Amino acid sequence: MIGYYKHAPFSLFLRILVSLAIAITVCTLGFLILYILVKGIPFLKPSLFSLTYTSENVSFLPSILNTVIIVFGSLLVAGPLGICAAIYTVEYARRGNKIVGLVRITTETLSGIPSIIYGLFGMLFFVTFLHLGYSLVSGILTISIMILPLVMRTTEEALRSVPDSYREGSYGLGAGKLRTVLSVILPSAVPGILAGVILAVGRVVGETAALVYTAGTVADFPKGIFSSGRTLSVHMYELSREGFHTGEAYATSVILILVILLINWISNKFAKKIGKT
Amino acid sequence: MKLSLSNPFKERAASTIFLVSALASILFVALICVFLFANGVPAILKIGFTDFLFGTEWAPTDEPAIYGIFPMILGSLYVTLGALAIGVSVGLLSAIFLARFCSERLHRVLKPAVELLAGIPSVIYGFFGLVIIVPFVRQHLGGSGFSIFTASILLGIMILPTVISVSEAGLRAVPNSYYEGSLALGATHERSVFFTVLPAATSEIVAGIILGFGRAIGETMAVILVAGNQARMPDGIFEGVRTLTANIVLEMGYATDLHREALIATGVVLFSFILTINLLFSILKKRVVK
Repeated sequence: MIGYYKHAPFSLFLRILVSLAIAITVCTLGFLILYILVKGIPFLKPSLFSLTYTSENVSFLPSILNTVIIVFGSLLVAGPLGICAAIYTVEYARRGNKIVGLVRITTETLSGIPSIIYGLFGMLFFVTFLHLGYSLVSGILTISIMILPLVMRTTEEALRSVPDSYREGSYGLGAGKLRTVLSVILPSAVPGILAGVILAVGRVVGETAALVYTAGTVADFPKGIFSSGRTLSVHMYELSREGFHTGEAYATSVILILVILLINWISNKFAKKIGKT
Repeated sequence: MKLSLSNPFKERAASTIFLVSALASILFVALICVFLFANGVPAILKIGFTDFLFGTEWAPTDEPAIYGIFPMILGSLYVTLGALAIGVSVGLLSAIFLARFCSERLHRVLKPAVELLAGIPSVIYGFFGLVIIVPFVRQHLGGSGFSIFTASILLGIMILPTVISVSEAGLRAVPNSYYEGSLALGATHERSVFFTVLPAATSEIVAGIILGFGRAIGETMAVILVAGNQARMPDGIFEGVRTLTANIVLEMGYATDLHREALIATGVVLFSFILTINLLFSILKKRVVK
């Protein structure tokens, strides 16, 4: 190895450079996760899980509940919508269809819009124009638009990876288009779709900017879907901004990191499953 | 015998449902444009186009109030350019490593790590910046620690996964014959990668950089926590700065009337930046496909 580089010092320099870069990338990630876990776990006190929120215990149980509500709500809206849209673009539309071209452009536009713009739009449209107020519903609807492109894209990829022989076999046995899609193609695309949906869950859990002015920042348990509530990430943002509850902020970040690690792990599991078939 | 083949009514209904769902994203983009522009543009006209965009003072509580967002436009640009300087250099080199310098086994470990970096919520990055990078900068480089420099480092880390995955895909798409040809001419592995494979992937790499630019300029929560947020003309990289995104979030909570509209107009300016970036990106992508 050394001999090889003896007459090529510049090549050695380039190799060191790329190794250094990847080391920086990986070490940053490792340091970030370890630092938060090591510093944060001691702050996980039972009072943080208490059933009533006071400004003293800063219980994050309400935020966890709100997060769960918003995750399920937005999946309920964006899931079917995104999957149906993907079925149209992959299975129904003909090649060179103008609508599909436009759908593709707008989906790409949606995925490039930063979350703060979604937050502004949600505030103007759902909160003010539709009079939904600062509520979980406004948050759910805003977030649903935000994750729609992700659900759509991963579903499209999953549908495309289903071999054409499945479709031909189904048609050959006399099944119609709808039956072919629903009982042959969709079931075999499930792992891919799930991988995408789980990634979407990750985005919802980590979202802050789109929720502050739609779902609001009330720290207590929600009275219903029309009352305001902060998710775990918004809670985390408020805590670190105020600066009074650094310990609690550490603890919250531990929970968030663990959830994200879990989500990435599961999503990778599903993604590997597709690779095998 | 009755054959239960396809029911034409059901088929028709289903394909309509699928079509309508597909049209939803068009509707959403239209709605977002209409609501943002309808609520923001009147304020820009009321304040005056040049006064708003190039006014160097933002004083919404003064009498009379002054709404100039030039400090925030500059703030966003400085922080984003700083982030690109860090994110692109480290990211591109990392991508080169992933695409051409590592074994299959190592790649199976490193790739998920990069994906994880993309999955970490921005508020966690912000918190990390707040408790690690800000004190570090304060102790070793002076100032309060809340600065353009700090925000650039943090955003640079945050755009790493974007830059890495787009560039890596581009590098992998370069035909192997380029690399082999260079080797055959006697160049080392490193020189071959850097001087034949890398230039061939320029379009994709530029696309990755544009995407990273878009992510950095739109980032909100992480920047708010580390940039200091002073609404004045930026003076020096170790001084605090406020970005367009921060301006919206910080003041929207209590703003009313024209102040509120001016904040929405700030969003319109940001949105226009993003749309331009998206347009550039899709033009580049088309060129790549050709």
